[in-house]
Amino acid sequence: MAEPALSIRGLTKVYGNGFQALKGIDLDVAEGDFFALLGPNGAGKSTTLGVVCSLVQKSAGKVSIFGIDVDRDFARAKYHLGVVPQEFNFNQFEKVIDIVLAQAGYYGMPRREALPRAEELLRDLGLWDKRNGSARMLSGGMKRRLMIARALMHRPRILILDEPTAGVDIELRRSMWEYMRRINRDEGTTIILTTHYLEEAESLCRNVAIINHGDIIRNTSVRELLTELDTETFLFDLARPVDSLPDIAGFEVNQVDSSQLAVLVHRGQRLNDIFTALGEQGIEVVSMRNRANRLEEMFVSMVEQGNEALDKAAADKEVRA
Amino acid sequence: MSPMQIAIALWTLVLKEIKRFTRIWPQTLLPPSITMTMYFIIFGSLIGSRIGEMDGFTYMDFIVPGLIMMSVITNSYSNVASSFFSNKFQRSIEEMMVSPMPNWVILSGFVLGGMARGLGVGVIVTIVSLFFTRISVAHPMLTIGVVVLTAALFSIGGFINALLANKFDDISIVPTFILTPLTYLGGVFYSISLLPGFWQGVSMLNPILYMVNVFRYGFLGVSDIPVGWALAAILGFIVVLFGLALWMLDRGKGIRS
Repeated sequence: MAEPALSIRGLTKVYGNGFQALKGIDLDVAEGDFFALLGPNGAGKSTTLGVVCSLVQKSAGKVSIFGIDVDRDFARAKYHLGVVPQEFNFNQFEKVIDIVLAQAGYYGMPRREALPRAEELLRDLGLWDKRNGSARMLSGGMKRRLMIARALMHRPRILILDEPTAGVDIELRRSMWEYMRRINRDEGTTIILTTHYLEEAESLCRNVAIINHGDIIRNTSVRELLTELDTETFLFDLARPVDSLPDIAGFEVNQVDSSQLAVLVHRGQRLNDIFTALGEQGIEVVSMRNRANRLEEMFVSMVEQGNEALDKAAADKEVRA
Repeated sequence: MSPMQIAIALWTLVLKEIKRFTRIWPQTLLPPSITMTMYFIIFGSLIGSRIGEMDGFTYMDFIVPGLIMMSVITNSYSNVASSFFSNKFQRSIEEMMVSPMPNWVILSGFVLGGMARGLGVGVIVTIVSLFFTRISVAHPMLTIGVVVLTAALFSIGGFINALLANKFDDISIVPTFILTPLTYLGGVFYSISLLPGFWQGVSMLNPILYMVNVFRYGFLGVSDIPVGWALAAILGFIVVLFGLALWMLDRGKGIRS
């Protein structure tokens, strides 16, 4: 059996102030996967990736990259990793080309190989024209693309992206998605990302792990996760405003405004029943759409359940004490 | 990493450091030249002519080695302290931390960068001094050796300072309150033979005194202290501080949470 691209066992991180960011998590990411690590702020996503990239020291546990134990040979393991952090972490006063060439140098890449590679990546990411400019003159989206180019200079087999499209406009986000899809598909690069945009995970990733309070509460495929989705909310735009909330037997209906209804649909319920009920009350529907992306509903529900369980455990502990 | 890859990584880092201080030359190379010119004019020419001889040499000849050494010390130290701390502050140190570069290469890269600036400024100050006096070097190899070792030692010191620093103020405290007083009291402007016995003893505790004196010995052939002993002390400090800096880097002190 092929070694996973990334294997994490019993990973624990306790910060100096006593905060336990990771509580012994296990995680496997297969080679060639497009994997998302999801979770609310402070859940432990960035800490997990920080340990994998050697930016954070683990308290316990084991991390292997393509079977290489990082405690034994981190240098060899690091060759396989390209890292795009959440915050800009390059010298803003350096030239764009110098930043990517220096990174290649740190990996021991000779300049005769680094120059064409830099040109290829900067052209692909639309930064070639800016190569001789100072990095601080770039827009936010360009700076983010610069970090992607820098991370790919040494041709890593795993690309780790921490919130890659945070603060990036929609058009640029789509083009970055397309680029990531391309390197995953054409070059077989394993991609691991954390994101707040669940639409991003749903659209790009094949597998996801949901992390909350330092524990992985779910680790499965996006497809599997979506089949478990019990409810979806549909928005109905009405031809004419309604004064009161229409009654649709078996459905929970809410009024967004006088011309729009939000209807919660459980699995197994038929949309036709909604149209029939509205038609019988003389209400004409102009258009209909899904309110939130589906994964978001699932994610919110899982995190809420996790938080409730944690609150309950804390309350039980308090009572016992 | 293979030896060739390590050489490429080290050269990349050293070159980057040299590019950094040459890019901002009005902040890094110009000020020491102007300051030292002032010292030569005021202390060497104007006041020095009234002081007379010091250890058998004109005052100008006496202070030239000390002033060159003073600029090497302060520039080596401050180059690494400010460059490494800027890398920490801007988080660009992460570029190196995620790479397979061994920590000793990272440390050596910054130290060599600091030495390049310290020695570069030393050369500039030496050239400036030629406008005021005629320099003769009694022991050229010793002179070069001791200035290189001193630049290395203070570059490592600057690195440790930057590792421990949490804010920009922290990298100016040591140069202002420790390095400058020790340099001024390290026999740059006077021979410790002028001091009363007690203060001569106190001066012997100042490590910079040894560096300045050995360097002056290289130029003039006279020293307040035994040269061999001083060289051994400098080498010892380098080994100990390099080990300490590497140990701190391996433990992620100041850079890993």
